[in-house]
Amino acid sequence: MDLQELQQIARRERERSRRIRIHCCTSSGCQASDALEIKRRLDEAVSEAGLDSEVEVVGVGCLGFCGQGPMVTVEPGDVLYEHVRPDHAAGIVAAINGGTCEAERGDLHHPFFARQYPIVRKNGGKIDPERIEEYIAAGGYRSLYRAINELTPAEVIDEITRSGLRGRGGAGYPTGLKWSTVAKSRGDRKYIVCNGDEGDPGAFMDRSVLESDPHLVLEGMSIAAYAVGADQGYIYVRGEYPLAIQRLQKAINQAKKLGLLGSQIFDSAFDFRVDIRVGAGAFVCGEETALIASIEGRRGQPRPRPPYPAESGLWGKPTLINNVETFANISSIVERGSAWYANIGTETSKGTKVFALTGKIRNTGLIEVPMGMTLREIVEELGGGAADGGEVKAVQTGGPSGGCIPASLFDTPVDYESLAKVGSIMGSGGMVVMDESTNMVELAKFYMEFCMDESCGKCIPCRVGTVQIHRLLGKITAGQATPADIEQLRELCQLVRDTSLCGLGQSAPNPVISTLRYFPEEYAALVPNE
Amino acid sequence: MAAKTLKINGTMVSAREGESILEAARDAGVAIPTLCHLDGLSDVGACRLCLVEVGGRLRPACTTAVAEGMEIQTNTDRLHAYRRQIVELLFAERGHVCAVCVASGHCELQDLAVSLGMDHVRYEYLAPTCAVDISHERFGIDHNRCVLCVRCVRACDEVEGVHTWDVSGRGTSARVISDMNQPWGESESCTSCGKCLLACPTGALFSRGATVAEMEHDPGRIALIVESRKVRG
Amino acid sequence: MFNSNGVHTTMSTLPASSQTRGTPASAGDNRLKILEATMKRNQYRPDALIEVLHKAQEIYGFLSPSLLTLIARSLHLPPSRVYGVATFYHFFSLAPQGEHTCTICLGTACYVRGAGDLMAAAEDVAGVSVGKTTADGRFSLASARCLGACGIAPAIIIDGVVAGHATPEDIAARLTALLTTPSED
Repeated sequence: MDLQELQQIARRERERSRRIRIHCCTSSGCQASDALEIKRRLDEAVSEAGLDSEVEVVGVGCLGFCGQGPMVTVEPGDVLYEHVRPDHAAGIVAAINGGTCEAERGDLHHPFFARQYPIVRKNGGKIDPERIEEYIAAGGYRSLYRAINELTPAEVIDEITRSGLRGRGGAGYPTGLKWSTVAKSRGDRKYIVCNGDEGDPGAFMDRSVLESDPHLVLEGMSIAAYAVGADQGYIYVRGEYPLAIQRLQKAINQAKKLGLLGSQIFDSAFDFRVDIRVGAGAFVCGEETALIASIEGRRGQPRPRPPYPAESGLWGKPTLINNVETFANISSIVERGSAWYANIGTETSKGTKVFALTGKIRNTGLIEVPMGMTLREIVEELGGGAADGGEVKAVQTGGPSGGCIPASLFDTPVDYESLAKVGSIMGSGGMVVMDESTNMVELAKFYMEFCMDESCGKCIPCRVGTVQIHRLLGKITAGQATPADIEQLRELCQLVRDTSLCGLGQSAPNPVISTLRYFPEEYAALVPNE
Repeated sequence: MAAKTLKINGTMVSAREGESILEAARDAGVAIPTLCHLDGLSDVGACRLCLVEVGGRLRPACTTAVAEGMEIQTNTDRLHAYRRQIVELLFAERGHVCAVCVASGHCELQDLAVSLGMDHVRYEYLAPTCAVDISHERFGIDHNRCVLCVRCVRACDEVEGVHTWDVSGRGTSARVISDMNQPWGESESCTSCGKCLLACPTGALFSRGATVAEMEHDPGRIALIVESRKVRG
Repeated sequence: MFNSNGVHTTMSTLPASSQTRGTPASAGDNRLKILEATMKRNQYRPDALIEVLHKAQEIYGFLSPSLLTLIARSLHLPPSRVYGVATFYHFFSLAPQGEHTCTICLGTACYVRGAGDLMAAAEDVAGVSVGKTTADGRFSLASARCLGACGIAPAIIIDGVVAGHATPEDIAARLTALLTTPSED
């Protein structure tokens, strides 16, 4: 494979492509609402209308507006249909030539779409994730070529450092710094690990990226491997994501076949192989040392750091671990330059972030917005406010490790530091919206139950402390608690936060701490004399 | 080997490179409470009792290597309170009733409670029903006394080289198991060497026939075995 | 552990077991062959344990002690290590699952959209609590942490098919239909 061949594939693909493309979302959300049948019926309708030479139906990745799915778009023309049913197919095809269509029309210029800035999701809803040719035609693998042929590994790392990209898994560690640590670490072998163990309930950004654009992640991993000197990569994907696993495997096979993965990539001395590791249902495996243990076939239990995986990771070798979304940013940064990327977002948080907007909100789905957009803009403008005519009370960012942010603080810009300041975290990007019907103490209990069940059991504060916190919350919601119990609750939260071994335990009390801080009246209402 | 200079509780101390804070402190005569640590076994940093403050941040002394210029506090009020709470959590987790325990008087958990002044438990007792397995002809395991320090698992794996023990499940339902979670007496891999008994800090692993306060462990023998093995090469 | 009609006599295929009645030997052999092929493809490496457990559960439906023992021997792992891993991860089941399964997502998005009511309805109709299988082995009720289908919350999976925007009425109707259709054997 060389640049000419890559360009040739892109050219052939553009020539093959029909003038009109009907894009049918085939991500797992829409598939659960019959998207595959819709696609089949659309294919049939095109044939029946004799439009095969002009129109093609393409199964595409996620369009993002999942609550309105299944979604179909017709390009060119920016035509969007929502809540599509299989019996709408004929109408959608007829409408191309002015016929009538019963399917509900959506608006691609709606703020939900218009206010987004897609980088990670640039191909979502546009290309068929199961065909590498479409990815290449959209400019794919050009950055990998550029990295290998025009840049030294050190220059690639510089570029990533200058872009200001920070880890999208939650903690926000500077990506360039991590890469350079791995590059500098000595080891006869180094590994790249892509963390796709998206365990936060209410988060599905990574699932969507893997399902919609698997090559974007593979390309990012390959560039990283070149930069740090690794020749083997693993993508760890949750077992709950069968479609993502299937598409990723297909993508790996296609890339191997074209020589974009494997030995001597782009006729260089750079070799890189990628294998998938399927998770087996353990939230703690999102923690990097637990993830490593799991890839090694062991119980997913974290170990104390240092040593950090960058120095001693998989099988004791230097290992670069980044999450799916982080890798999905790499190709665009190499393609368009660090200056372009650093121009997006805020002073300390560059670029965009993908969020999964769910819960009691009108517009449910995935959005990608520049860092620094306020919660109010996200919830009210993109999200359209509360669902079912309610009033938004709070939003939980960062899942069970994050905090509840009350509506009164919705002018907080979404960036790493601002979210930390209000007692939450960026997390992986889940944003669960709550309205008046959600009791915040019940919610805190719900999260604590989650953490208690997911505690690996290794360290005492997390293993036993979460159970005790959960019991106290149970006592409170049952109306049997005393003010002394609230005091004990606070004390335990502090213990678990400060002394637990890993991030799961250290962040487990966050939902309790933040609800105690912002919704004390809901606790007081349940505790006499509080 | 290069020496590192650091401060422990305000006193200048010199330590060997690669040494843990725990070792350096001990050499300097500073005691740090431990539970999952056992000389001769690898460290896991799980019990969190040896947490110390390094430049204000909490770090496990057993798995944190010394570094030049480190300023370590081993016994602040905050650390004392946390250690006490952790021991309380353990007492509340399973059935630790010293009065009827084979290891009473020879128990590291009991000693910790005494030294930390933990005279009562403020948390709700979780009181799970835990099994007692006396299927082995010489030994027994009482899961009510187990604190999941996994010293037995490590002693069996790292010293005896067998790995009869491991841990099943997770969270508070985690249990130490032998082979396929079968009765200890039916374990095919167990060599009945008794090293797990030497290593156990509480009354969880005991010799059959031992009654209240009779069970003395001998954790020092694990270190002795490992040390002698190292010397012999 | 196994029911008497042979439906779950999965271990009939393993050398350690003599239970061959009720299952055609050839069908069983195939399953063992697939498992062997998976282990071979991973060069019997101990770190392939989780991959192998996934495959074993896929073909046998659950992980019995003799199956775990076979895997331990093949991968040269201590039995307790294999058991420890199999019980650490919630995906792995050491007991047979019901003929039909219903999984209700209890992720946050589903939770705030009423997944708790779905669970109550399902428990009521099926007469089992979450995580359990009916005594006749026909039905298992499970919960999931988060299916990542938050866009269509609350989400459920019935016999492998995901459905969104579920209501207690739907789930009751679908489970009633499922439980009243005669068993396949």
